[in-house]
Amino acid sequence: MIKLSVFVTLLLLALPLAATEEVLTFENETQRQLYLQLTAELRCPQCQNQNIADSNAIVSVDMRQKSYELIMQGSSRDEVLEYMINRYGNFVHYLPPLNRYTLLLWLAPLLLLLGLIGLQVKRRNAQGAEPLAEEQLASEQPASLDAELDKLIDQYRSKK
Amino acid sequence: MRKLLFYVPLALFLTLVLFLLSGLFSDPMERESATTNKALPAFSLPDLMNPAQQWQPGQLQGETFLLNVWGTWCPTCNAELSYMTELKQQGVKIVGLYYLLPVDPLLGERFDLAELQADVNNKLQQHGNPYQFNILDAQRSLALDLGVSGAPETFIIDSNGIVRAHHIGDINPQVWRNKLAPLYQQWRAQDGAMP
Repeated sequence: MIKLSVFVTLLLLALPLAATEEVLTFENETQRQLYLQLTAELRCPQCQNQNIADSNAIVSVDMRQKSYELIMQGSSRDEVLEYMINRYGNFVHYLPPLNRYTLLLWLAPLLLLLGLIGLQVKRRNAQGAEPLAEEQLASEQPASLDAELDKLIDQYRSKK
Repeated sequence: MRKLLFYVPLALFLTLVLFLLSGLFSDPMERESATTNKALPAFSLPDLMNPAQQWQPGQLQGETFLLNVWGTWCPTCNAELSYMTELKQQGVKIVGLYYLLPVDPLLGERFDLAELQADVNNKLQQHGNPYQFNILDAQRSLALDLGVSGAPETFIIDSNGIVRAHHIGDINPQVWRNKLAPLYQQWRAQDGAMP
């Protein structure tokens, strides 16, 4: 029992330690929101597909620290982004700018949408034009199917 | 027209195959550096072995050299030391930028320069010492300004202090021959020319 209570006490002692990890203080709520937004949309240059808020790579720790410093010095969102992009390139921001390298990336969803709409319109038109032909088929089919069936039955019988 | 439509799924499939195939052979770590063809960022950092000596960009001008970002904690950096020592013997000037791991006081860690120097000397004796000298970037501020994402990384800096190449990863005979040597020689040939 004593052992257990010592153990539980030790466990409880460990709680506040975990909570002290990286406590940042901001002057106001706007700064805090900006920090959270920036660390979520800046991309870790070292890891594959993690933002710097998620990553504990050294470079992410440094970039978080730098973002914090810049925000505390009164930098705006654009200024922090520019600072990082000047050093790590457009790779570092999850919202790439529109330029000739990223043109396809930005236009692809639009092109896909237009293609789908075009395809749908084409099908509608084809459906509008086709019912006649389909009705004809429908009236013809039973007769021809019956005839085919008769033929098959005949073949089968003659073989027997 | 209907016949053409019949081939659309096949065409889409082949496009997807090509796209995925190109992905198989592309290097996900390869990215364009934002700091090449710009001057070395301003800094004033101490020498690792002789902290009284401060290094500034101006002191590094006059000769094309390699700036190698490394740390004893990084196995790949230790592995490239011996090959870089060979390069030094061939006359390549290599300066080290020591990338110190973050020191977390909460975990009871503290920075001890003498300990670090002993560690570095030990590693350099073991694998070879390719460096003219080492700059200690304790806060990794120059590393951040250079767009360093980890260690090892190597920059080619020309005689006017302009960053001319940024290589992410280790230097081995293949990388040197195919990628860095041609650039190094190109800028080395222009040493002494006015900007």
